Amino acid sequence: MKLTFSTKVFAMVLTAGLVAGCSSTGDTMDGEEFGSDVRAIGADEGSTVYGGADGEGISSGMLSDEERQTARERAEQQALRDITTFYFDFDTSEIKQEVRDVLVAHARYLANNPRQQVRLEGHADDRGTKEYNLALGERRANAIQRFLVVNGASRGQIETVSYGEEKPAVRGSSESAWAQNRRVELIFQ
Amino acid sequence: MTHKPGCQKTTVKMLLTGWLAVLMLASGSASAELLIRITEGAGSAVPVAVVPFAETGAMPPGDKVSSIVQADLTMSGEFRTLEPSKMLSLPSKGSDVYFRDWRMLGQRYVVVGELTRSGDRVQARYELFDVNQERRLLGETAAAGVGSIRTLAHHISDRIYEAITGAPGVFSTKLAYITVSGEGDQARYRLQVSDVDGKRAQVRLESREPILSPAWSPDGKKLAYVSFETGKPAIYVHELATGQRDKVADFSGLNSAPAWSGDGKSLLMTLSRDGNAEIYQMDLASRKTTKLTDHWAIDTEAAWDHADKGIYFTSDRSGGPQIYYMERPGAEPRRITFGSRYNARPRPDSKGEYVYYVHQRDRAFHIARTNLKTGDETVITRTESDESPSVSPNGRLLIYATGQNGASVLTVVSADGGAAYSLPASDGDVREPAWGPITR
Repeated sequence: MKLTFSTKVFAMVLTAGLVAGCSSTGDTMDGEEFGSDVRAIGADEGSTVYGGADGEGISSGMLSDEERQTARERAEQQALRDITTFYFDFDTSEIKQEVRDVLVAHARYLANNPRQQVRLEGHADDRGTKEYNLALGERRANAIQRFLVVNGASRGQIETVSYGEEKPAVRGSSESAWAQNRRVELIFQ
Repeated sequence: MTHKPGCQKTTVKMLLTGWLAVLMLASGSASAELLIRITEGAGSAVPVAVVPFAETGAMPPGDKVSSIVQADLTMSGEFRTLEPSKMLSLPSKGSDVYFRDWRMLGQRYVVVGELTRSGDRVQARYELFDVNQERRLLGETAAAGVGSIRTLAHHISDRIYEAITGAPGVFSTKLAYITVSGEGDQARYRLQVSDVDGKRAQVRLESREPILSPAWSPDGKKLAYVSFETGKPAIYVHELATGQRDKVADFSGLNSAPAWSGDGKSLLMTLSRDGNAEIYQMDLASRKTTKLTDHWAIDTEAAWDHADKGIYFTSDRSGGPQIYYMERPGAEPRRITFGSRYNARPRPDSKGEYVYYVHQRDRAFHIARTNLKTGDETVITRTESDESPSVSPNGRLLIYATGQNGASVLTVVSADGGAAYSLPASDGDVREPAWGPITR
């Protein structure tokens, strides 16, 4: 999985935040509040240890495996959510297998951010008739909407509209142009 | 729901024609005018000579009445007209017609006439003769304002056409269509109305968002259409004389595919407010809607049959789009098309003989028609990315949109596919033609 630049920055900021939060906010705890085994390590060592001598302390100078795991997952989810256009085969509204993970990531994000509104815009390639294509674009947008709702988003967060064949992404009458036009676009409001 | 597979015989008749001609009618004015180019003529076209009319008094600039009549008769695909330079004489009245001259030139009919200017009116006197029988078929006068020469000429064409064929002429009818210029943020959509030959085009609506599916009211006074100007598709009814518009359908989801009933009082339409695209009928006075289909499939593109009793529509309830028919609104639909995996947008003619639609064959999209008595299917176009068929009110011609060199142009063909006639736009795409009614 390739990390985009923004994802890398995000990961770095996350890490920096964890470090910064622990050593500079002035809420270092006096030993008296947390028990006698607490000691502050000098700032040049970049970390402060809390907790008892039994070794349960969380080191925050560098990410632990767990933290690294969470950061990686978040970065993956972010990368998945970078994908906001979903493509379809001719005359169907079937969601492709490879797109499901992306949609699940979006659904989870929406579930966790209930005030986030999105719009799904459905499209079709220009073959066949305009009115049927208008209905087909709608069916594709509705299929994506249903999938998002089943995976955690709420209906009220999602608006759908179809443009049929009226707003192609790519002009032309080739298989390549048609394939790029059979799509639903997810737009954050 | 019963299917009758195999009961329909599919024939592909691609009629090749005898001759090719190119006729450019120069447009004097606006970029909105369409140029007309005849691409093919029917082999069986009847030769008719339209002699340039004699003129008394000053005539307005622009095309001559006789050349407009010539172009009209040629566009019908049923006639082949004679170049005036080949005429041996130029009579303007019956008593000056030497039938031997016209027989020698192979003409079956000859038209002669005279125009007289009188104040701000022009009067035409015209006569039609059968050359072989040496018999006059028509002798009439007609008049129009000096700014309406084209109207006068089209009227004469209609009278000649009816006298020879017995069918009503469509030369005085109008076309509605959409033009698109520019792309993305610069896109401009225009709903336009023109004469049947593309002349005198006028913009009726201009928008930055798509306009679709123009549909003429039976009296020719209104257009219903779909506009995205509010950000989603809504149906409007637009009165042409006043420019007044009513937004009649703006429910959640689709509001699309409007089609008028024969009495002009209701519209069929496709709404998806209940969750998926279904066909409804809306009474325009009360705006009350009645749901006519109830199926998880896409049901759209409804059109009344010629008797205003049953309804044709597109449905993909059997897997892909096909033409269906309900014998009365809300009845169980019966499938009409079987010959290919994509058949859509039915347009029945006004006589109950054929239904026309978009039809996929191999990888191309043509216009085809099914004979409603025999079930035979015929492909009537040779172009390959065809859409939006609209039948002329006399059932003899069909106009549709097709892709040509990356742009969309309008083409008129004989309803049996015999002759073809292309109307390229001078700028941008032209699409969604709707043939207006005869209003006399």
